Amino acid sequence: MTRVRLRVNGRVTADDVPARLSLADYLRDRRNLTGTHLGCEHGVCGACTVLIDGEPARGCLTFAVACEGREIRTIEGFDGDRIMTALREAFHRHHALQCGFCTPGMLVTARDIIARNRAGSAREIRKELAGNICRCTGYTNIVAAIAAAAEAVKKEESVE
Amino acid sequence: MKPAAFDYVRPASLAEAIVLLSQAQGSAQGSAQASAQGSRGDAPIDVQVMAGGQSLVAMMNLRVASPGLVIDIGRLAELRAVSETADYVALGACVTHAAIEDRLVPDPSRGLMPSVAANLAYRAVRTRGTLGGSLALSDPAADWPATMAALDAQVVLRGPRGERAVAAVAFATGIYQTVRAADEIIASIRIPKLSPQGRWGYAKFCRKSGEFAESIAAVVCDPARAYARAVLGAADGPPIVLPRTSALLAAGKAAAADACKRALAEDLGANDFDDFKASLHTAMVMRAIGQVLA
Repeated sequence: MTRVRLRVNGRVTADDVPARLSLADYLRDRRNLTGTHLGCEHGVCGACTVLIDGEPARGCLTFAVACEGREIRTIEGFDGDRIMTALREAFHRHHALQCGFCTPGMLVTARDIIARNRAGSAREIRKELAGNICRCTGYTNIVAAIAAAAEAVKKEESVE
Repeated sequence: MKPAAFDYVRPASLAEAIVLLSQAQGSAQGSAQASAQGSRGDAPIDVQVMAGGQSLVAMMNLRVASPGLVIDIGRLAELRAVSETADYVALGACVTHAAIEDRLVPDPSRGLMPSVAANLAYRAVRTRGTLGGSLALSDPAADWPATMAALDAQVVLRGPRGERAVAAVAFATGIYQTVRAADEIIASIRIPKLSPQGRWGYAKFCRKSGEFAESIAAVVCDPARAYARAVLGAADGPPIVLPRTSALLAAGKAAAADACKRALAEDLGANDFDDFKASLHTAMVMRAIGQVLA
């Protein structure tokens, strides 16, 4: 067991964990943050995508012990976030989810796509979204929702 | 799946990491494999050096690799350091793909490296995966081994016996096999600077964006340095330098498409590709050469 201290969604945490515990399992089992989903567990499906120090990362390809001192943000940690608010609304309006398993990873990735200004066209969104697999929607509505959210964020910024 | 249990250490310096690695190798009595994956198949791997972990952890989760000890070097500041001379840029082994993509580090390649990085795997992998880690693993289908070979980079290794530099083109010796000794760690990669006349082409074939490639062509042509090299990657083994095609490029004769295709056919003929792979590789190399000449 190794003691690991993190900041998870703004809250300081300290837990004794085995080295083999992934960040995603740590978040789910130790912090009860079950919004982060584990699909493939080898970095392909993107369901476990969370932010580590503000950058998207695979929760399944990161050991909790390796995150000592890091700031972790999960799907539960985006209250009041402007881009995430726009995305939630757009995912709802465009029916961008069916079973919802991939949605937490989709939203975290989509927020990063918009934040890095990579939502310029449907083609660009699809390329940036290639690391997140959805087995229900066929992606059309997800891409439309991200485009709409990007537009909404841009409009909001131009008003200010 | 979940990985098997292992011990984890995060040394505070590269020197400490090398000591830990040597000690662990000694106690493992040679059963640890030099490469990052167990190409020996049945032999257990006892020690693994982890940089970004984006391949290693996936392999551990799949139980393809089951190290008893993981030495985490991913957060060592000295392995993220960048230095520059008149002739080359040296990137620390743990510089991430995303840092290269975002041009947070100097680019010696006039855009080739940022372009390769931007199309490598997925952003959530690029933020943690590293240049040195990719070379240490030397997956045949990875982007950096072919790119570094085409740019004539040098891989700088550090171990208990000191430091040595190996040409990237000679670094990988087989599938997941490199010249790195079991007690050595990649410290940095020295990449020669392209002159303002330097040009490059890069083409890869994937069935899905971000997937490992089925064919990679990396072509660099820098007349001011009398340098031209065409490299084929994702060729079921280490990157392959294409000598006749490179010579045509160096002589400024690659614009003659027929001559170029003939030279390429001879280069590819020296290997054992089936018809499909040969035509795929031909298409990628011609596409990359087209970018150089455009």
